[in-house]
Amino acid sequence: MPGYANNPPRNSHFPQAEVPAVHLQDVSKHFGSIEAVNHVSFHVVGGSIVGLVGSDGAGKSTLLRMIAAMVRPSSGTIQIHGLDAASHKTGIKPLIGYMPQRFGLYLDLTVEENIEFFMDVFGVFGAERAKRKERYLGFSNLLPFIDRLAGALSGGMKQKLGLACVLAHEPKVLILDEPTNGVDPVSRQEFWGILGQMRQEGMAILISTAYLDEGEQCDQLVLMHKSRVLEVATPEAVQSHYSSLEEAMIHRIQEVDEGLMHEQFGL
Amino acid sequence: MSWLRIRELVRKEFIQLFRDKKNRPLLIIAPFVQLLVFGYVLSTDVRDVRVGIVDQSRTRESRLLMDALNANRTFRITQYTNHPKELDEVLLRRKVDLALKIGPDFSERIRKGNSAPVQILADGSMSNMASLRIAYTSLVLEGFNQRMIEERFKQRLDYGKIDARIRTWYNPNLDSRNFFVPGIVAILIMILSLLLTSMAIIREKEAGTIEQLIVTPLRPIELILGKTIPYIIITQTLMIIVITFAIVWFSLPLKGNFFLLIAAACLFLLSTLGIGLFISTISATQQQAMMTTFFFILPFFMFSGFVFPIASMPTVIQWLTYLNPLRYFLVIIRGVFLKGVGMEILWPQFIAMMVLGLIVFISAVKRFRKRLD
Repeated sequence: MPGYANNPPRNSHFPQAEVPAVHLQDVSKHFGSIEAVNHVSFHVVGGSIVGLVGSDGAGKSTLLRMIAAMVRPSSGTIQIHGLDAASHKTGIKPLIGYMPQRFGLYLDLTVEENIEFFMDVFGVFGAERAKRKERYLGFSNLLPFIDRLAGALSGGMKQKLGLACVLAHEPKVLILDEPTNGVDPVSRQEFWGILGQMRQEGMAILISTAYLDEGEQCDQLVLMHKSRVLEVATPEAVQSHYSSLEEAMIHRIQEVDEGLMHEQFGL
Repeated sequence: MSWLRIRELVRKEFIQLFRDKKNRPLLIIAPFVQLLVFGYVLSTDVRDVRVGIVDQSRTRESRLLMDALNANRTFRITQYTNHPKELDEVLLRRKVDLALKIGPDFSERIRKGNSAPVQILADGSMSNMASLRIAYTSLVLEGFNQRMIEERFKQRLDYGKIDARIRTWYNPNLDSRNFFVPGIVAILIMILSLLLTSMAIIREKEAGTIEQLIVTPLRPIELILGKTIPYIIITQTLMIIVITFAIVWFSLPLKGNFFLLIAAACLFLLSTLGIGLFISTISATQQQAMMTTFFFILPFFMFSGFVFPIASMPTVIQWLTYLNPLRYFLVIIRGVFLKGVGMEILWPQFIAMMVLGLIVFISAVKRFRKRLD
């Protein structure tokens, strides 16, 4: 894929940790009679990027929110570094960083005040503060804009500042819900550059995306459709004999839809 | 619970509050404008009553009666006509507040020792003012009678008679401003604390930052404290400034202990901040919160005894006013300002306000926490 050539190379073999950073076992969530997530199991190990791809309304956001301990699963277990997400909510919060599609920045605070506020909340104090501010704002090329109000930043810059705020407490698990939606290609490339660096440092990254060129950058893809996981495999395996990842995905989803039709109407 | 996190939340809140230029007039100018406007406008004092007169008698006695009225600072004879019809007309057009008709046989009757009727017409469309004006007029006529009798009989007539010596305590001049201005301080605190708290939380909801805060180690109780402490500080500061201003500008007497007022305001804030929190859980946008806030403010205002005396309300409403925290706060603030009383008298109000405040605040916190999870 053009444009991402200077990213750090993807790990060719998975670094296997003893306890996976994120472990999902048979996780389901329903809102009333609506199934949002249906018996999902997979895991994410440290130092890898797992991409969550699939159709709109497949339940990706609900799944990510459950992993971030914002929504309690109806059944099944989610473990973050061996800690149960539902029962150890306070214990896992420092371990995770969650960034929704529209990161909740304080638009009336400056870039610096935003990142400092999130460091305050996560208890990052002392010499670490200046170091991390420098590092994560530097990553996102935001250091020249340190005194600018967050509301005056462009869309891509806002997302990068959001990422810097999420990274400032150095989480072990990064959960990103379509973070690059509507972001220009250059900013997206920079964004993925940061993610690649975080992967090298051993962070477990779970990202949902609608851009399949981003999907190809992941170590593993989780393909979701209609609240179920269709496949967990490397991008190459998902693509198999199709000419592109996109084509492969469309084909897989149509297959499932046809299968459902046969089931329902006995065709 | 981490006080460090709460402190940073409070600091952030202050930065946001003072950075937003729209907030400055709300915080600084509005309280003073309200105090000045209410202080000058809200008044039930009877002063400068314009009187119209038809004198068909035109005698020494009728002139004495008019002099007696004119001599009283409250009355000012502005219309003098010969036609009773004309007098009705000026009363209707609100050129005068009170009309006096002296019949042609006025002096004759007095001289004969009979009673001489004088017709007094008052504009009853403002019922409370009319009754006060009539009462004042009766007082003047009473004095006039006394003089006439003394003149005619030239002897002491006051033996075996009750001599009422009335002293009005706590507000000797019955200045209604002394009654209203302390109440305005209470109303200001109520409006500001209700509005600011609900707005502060709704703002985070609208910006999506509250969702961001949920995934941080910030606990709901820390968020609540971080969101209420700034407004406790602001309303208390404003209260001190506004009270000082009221004392200096309106020469309002502060007879009691100032710190008792601060303590009472803290208990009162428990209720208003609780309601502010509650409003933030049922509103999605700032407009909704604003509307809901006024939905609460109006009954609190009406059923508090701020303007309309609770004793004149229907019994059922009177019982309902016991649920109104403003009712107690008004008793305290007026008691401390005008009577100079302390805890030994005001403890029932303090306890009522504390119980009410704790119930409201704790249930609001519970609801708020449930909403966050």
